Amino acid sequence: MTNAWGDIKHADLVVVMGGNAAEAHPCGFKWVVEAKAHRGAKLIVVDPRFTRTASVADFYCPIRPGSDIAFLGGVINYLLSNDKIQKDYVKAYTNATFLVKPEFGWSEGLFTGYNEEKRDYDRSSWDYQMDEQGFARVDETMTDPRSVFQLMKQHFAIYTPELVERVCGSPRDKFLKVCEMISECSSPTKTMTSMYALGWTQHSKGAQNIRGMAMVQLLLGNIGVRGGGMNALRGHSNIQGLTDLGLLSNMLPGYLNLPTEKEKDFGTYMSTRGFKPLRPGQTSFWQNYKKFFVSFQKSMWGDRATAENDWAYDWLPKLDVTYDVLRTFELMNQGKVTGYFCQGFNPLMTFPNRGKITAGLAKLKWLVTMDPLDTETSRFWENHGEFNDVKTADIQTEVFQLPTSCFAEDEGSIVNSGRWLQWHNAAVSPPAEARSDVFIMAGLHLRLKELYLKEGGAFPDPIVNLRWPYAQPEEPSAEELAKEMNGQALSDVFDPTDPTKVLVQKGKQVDTFAQLRDDGSTASFCWIYAGCFTEAGNQTSRRDTYDPGDTGLAPRWAWAWPVNRRILYNRASSDVSGKPWDESRKLVWWSGERWTGYDVPDYGPTVKPEQAVGPFIMNPEGVARLFTRGMMRDGPFPSHYEPFESPVANVINPKIRGNPAARIFKADLEALGSPDQFPYVGTSYRLTEHFHQWTKHVWVNAALQPEFFVEISEELAKEKGIEKGGWVRVWSNRGSLKAKAVVTKRIKPLMVDGRPVHVVGIPQHWGFIGKTKKGHNPNSLTPFVGDANIETPEYKAFLVNIEPTSAPAVA
Amino acid sequence: MASYQSLDIKRRSASTSTPPTVRSTGLEVAKLIDVSKCIGCKACQSACLEWNNLKEEVGVNTGVYDNPHDLTPNSWTLMRFSEWDNPDNGNFEWLIRKDGCMHCADPGCLKACPSPGAIVQYTNGIVDFVSENCIGCAYCVKGCPFNIPRISQVDRKAYKCTLCSDRVSVGMGPACAKACPTAAIMFGTKEDMKDQAAQRIVDLKSRGFANAGLYDPQGVGGTHVMYVLHHLDKPEIYAGLPKDPQISPLVSAWKGGAKLLALGAIAFAAVGAFFHHTIVGPNRVTDTDEANAADLAEEANGAEPTPETRTL
Repeated sequence: MTNAWGDIKHADLVVVMGGNAAEAHPCGFKWVVEAKAHRGAKLIVVDPRFTRTASVADFYCPIRPGSDIAFLGGVINYLLSNDKIQKDYVKAYTNATFLVKPEFGWSEGLFTGYNEEKRDYDRSSWDYQMDEQGFARVDETMTDPRSVFQLMKQHFAIYTPELVERVCGSPRDKFLKVCEMISECSSPTKTMTSMYALGWTQHSKGAQNIRGMAMVQLLLGNIGVRGGGMNALRGHSNIQGLTDLGLLSNMLPGYLNLPTEKEKDFGTYMSTRGFKPLRPGQTSFWQNYKKFFVSFQKSMWGDRATAENDWAYDWLPKLDVTYDVLRTFELMNQGKVTGYFCQGFNPLMTFPNRGKITAGLAKLKWLVTMDPLDTETSRFWENHGEFNDVKTADIQTEVFQLPTSCFAEDEGSIVNSGRWLQWHNAAVSPPAEARSDVFIMAGLHLRLKELYLKEGGAFPDPIVNLRWPYAQPEEPSAEELAKEMNGQALSDVFDPTDPTKVLVQKGKQVDTFAQLRDDGSTASFCWIYAGCFTEAGNQTSRRDTYDPGDTGLAPRWAWAWPVNRRILYNRASSDVSGKPWDESRKLVWWSGERWTGYDVPDYGPTVKPEQAVGPFIMNPEGVARLFTRGMMRDGPFPSHYEPFESPVANVINPKIRGNPAARIFKADLEALGSPDQFPYVGTSYRLTEHFHQWTKHVWVNAALQPEFFVEISEELAKEKGIEKGGWVRVWSNRGSLKAKAVVTKRIKPLMVDGRPVHVVGIPQHWGFIGKTKKGHNPNSLTPFVGDANIETPEYKAFLVNIEPTSAPAVA
Repeated sequence: MASYQSLDIKRRSASTSTPPTVRSTGLEVAKLIDVSKCIGCKACQSACLEWNNLKEEVGVNTGVYDNPHDLTPNSWTLMRFSEWDNPDNGNFEWLIRKDGCMHCADPGCLKACPSPGAIVQYTNGIVDFVSENCIGCAYCVKGCPFNIPRISQVDRKAYKCTLCSDRVSVGMGPACAKACPTAAIMFGTKEDMKDQAAQRIVDLKSRGFANAGLYDPQGVGGTHVMYVLHHLDKPEIYAGLPKDPQISPLVSAWKGGAKLLALGAIAFAAVGAFFHHTIVGPNRVTDTDEANAADLAEEANGAEPTPETRTL
């Protein structure tokens, strides 16, 4: 989230698209209800199904799964062609004025530089025109045909209401009503918030879906303001913390990057991380990258990381390719993975193409599962009739099942969607032999270290030199870890403007990442968390409801990264002169001497407005990017691509299948189904009664939603002779499942490119272990392909067929 | 249990004595269910099961979201989902109503109940069942215009929402209201809840629901569970919420004329029996009856004692 949960109450318009907040985030959804009840806010829901969120919406518009970019492109086109943008904001705070290289272009669905064989682009033309000093050239009038503004206008001109209707199946009048409601928020005193979740991420162009709405929000001037923002509702407690701490295979904590093989030494690694400002006088915050990186290395290896050994750069793994879950299971299927640690997730019931997951796990020598619950993955080898039809005798994988504590059984902080780190205490002790994940990981580390010390090895350095400063080495405490993430001074840290002044004494906790240094005098495991646990104590355990200005930001409740800032880019809440766009919803403004307000300014505190430093200081441009240069693999503007399995061809270029820049392995490409065999669109989702596959272990939740089902329209049910509550078989080119049929008016056939498209909704909470009735999951059917940028699997749009059937043999 | 004084009881089933009048009756409470704010998450159902230590069976899916499929002796509240095409504007609406006891000011269950003190109404308006006085006759089911009480097949007692009378008596709101994430369920004095509803109705009317209103049916004297409905003119679209609920005329007849007649009949039977006893002598159990009874007792041996076997 750019903003905070409590801030949603200040919105005038809430758009829920690419998510289902009421159902998947019912507690946070209270703020939408609050905005409606007390601010008179309107709620729009755009979704293939009439969801529980839609049931309390002011306006609902249906959409075909996987066509969101066409819809959002249509909204952008509407805003631009009807001049419904907040022009002053767009001009000053986005790169609309920047000029793009003359070689850049787009035609027939592809940007310049496409290489079909590699499924990748040469992105060199996707950049700004630079002047002699290396600054980007701009045209303040935004009339230059090479300006981002004009290129954007041109790029989205094809997304007419007719095209939107044809591609998305959204009735034209409904689409236009949505545009009209959204366009009202181009006023500086009206804001819209976007709440989205996995309905946008789980596509082969998921990141571009989100980009589409981010562009809408920038055109409306809704980023950095109260009641606005791009608000990602995180799908799992503590998934925000997971990404913050760099648990993705190509990341380091605090959104630093793990080096690649090409970056053989520290100098090479840093050479592309200069983040030189692209406009004169601009602040480019990532110029501090080295400070954060060196502090991370010091946190990892302490005294062993020195200037001489380039802060132990060589001890970091270097990526040849990214090891996302799809690649890992592909490699497993190729027999290239010996063992697998599965910590806190259940791939057998979640990762796409379950058949491939089972086959992969069966090729492992060993599998370790660490989970508070008895997961299906731990028992992938066990035959459960139709629900897990495996030949146990043929599986030689040795499984070690390590029970862990769950969130209520240990203390620590959990990061919510709004980036708030909130400390919690253990309510009870873990049952039986369950131990904390930290205990297990520490035990592994200490034993491995001992083995390496005793027996040596090819490259023991990173393990034997790891800093391990805990009171009880076998179980570091949550407090110790939180302090380590915050960081401390390893020697006295001096004020750069006054070298005689000590800012932080040796051994003390740092207060902010501004105190981190690249000379080895500081350590911080996760620079964005610097400030969470200072000499003043654990900031994440604060519980003060103090809330000046009734902003809903509660600055003394827990602690938000970065530096307790609750709304990112908040300098943009005021105009160029530093005056709030909306006095009634002011946030951060220029007092005449400094930036002040209800939030920690996301800006130099004394940088005068007339210095014209752009408010998006994390970007070297200083402005938000409508055009993302070469930063995304699949294009600097979002462009409509069909899902890899789609009932229709891409109307822009019928030859393009799926996202042309998304990776797909050969066998998975061959496993894609075609619409003649699989005419219906499958989509997966959560239900409010359950949380993933956890709550099927809880009696109450099991009673409230006991049995696996799929949802279809009355029309499809009639066509196929399916009865409400009867059994159906749903199958794709990869697998098959049986479910009860919920026949509903909430799903209606959509007219797409002149013919009706039926949607089959498949919730994802069942399995063969737990208190519920045994059931399947959509992952039996889903395709093994992910987003072009981050490989999130395409769970939200795929092709299936359906027929009435009899009950499973084992129920 | 269920004595008048300690529990602020206003009315007691099948009792003729007058409740105490000197105590201040205090305020009447009410639960307000704002259907327009409800997202159907079933947190209320979950909270009800948890607070009251009820164990609902893990059932099956019958093609709808409603689970269980009806109120049961273990599920005292239930989200009912109704799909409705609005004929006025062509809009589809998904109406989700939390069903459960309405705590009528004039409770049909209490009126129908023949067992003294099995159903009570507190001065705050809550209607409660007192299990030890319940004889499982199910007259309350017949007496209820909302079809709420359910008889347990396990212990032959009637069960329904207590409006968390245990929680309310110590100053807490009902568990369902506490758990509701969107404050669609509110709890307070009946007057406050009416004021709250009035504000919500203004908001709903501004959003085009011209017939939005408060459901507080006067046919049962008003209720202590009220709904804010978008379509007050058509309550029946919310899973059959009755438009003008009334206590069945059978209950009035039963408790009025029929009761007198029945009392007469009972008196007649008693008089007859007295004469039969004095003239013919006492009825004796035959040896065959004794033997049959012994067989039955043996059959039942080892099985879980049910109320029936216990009476053997």
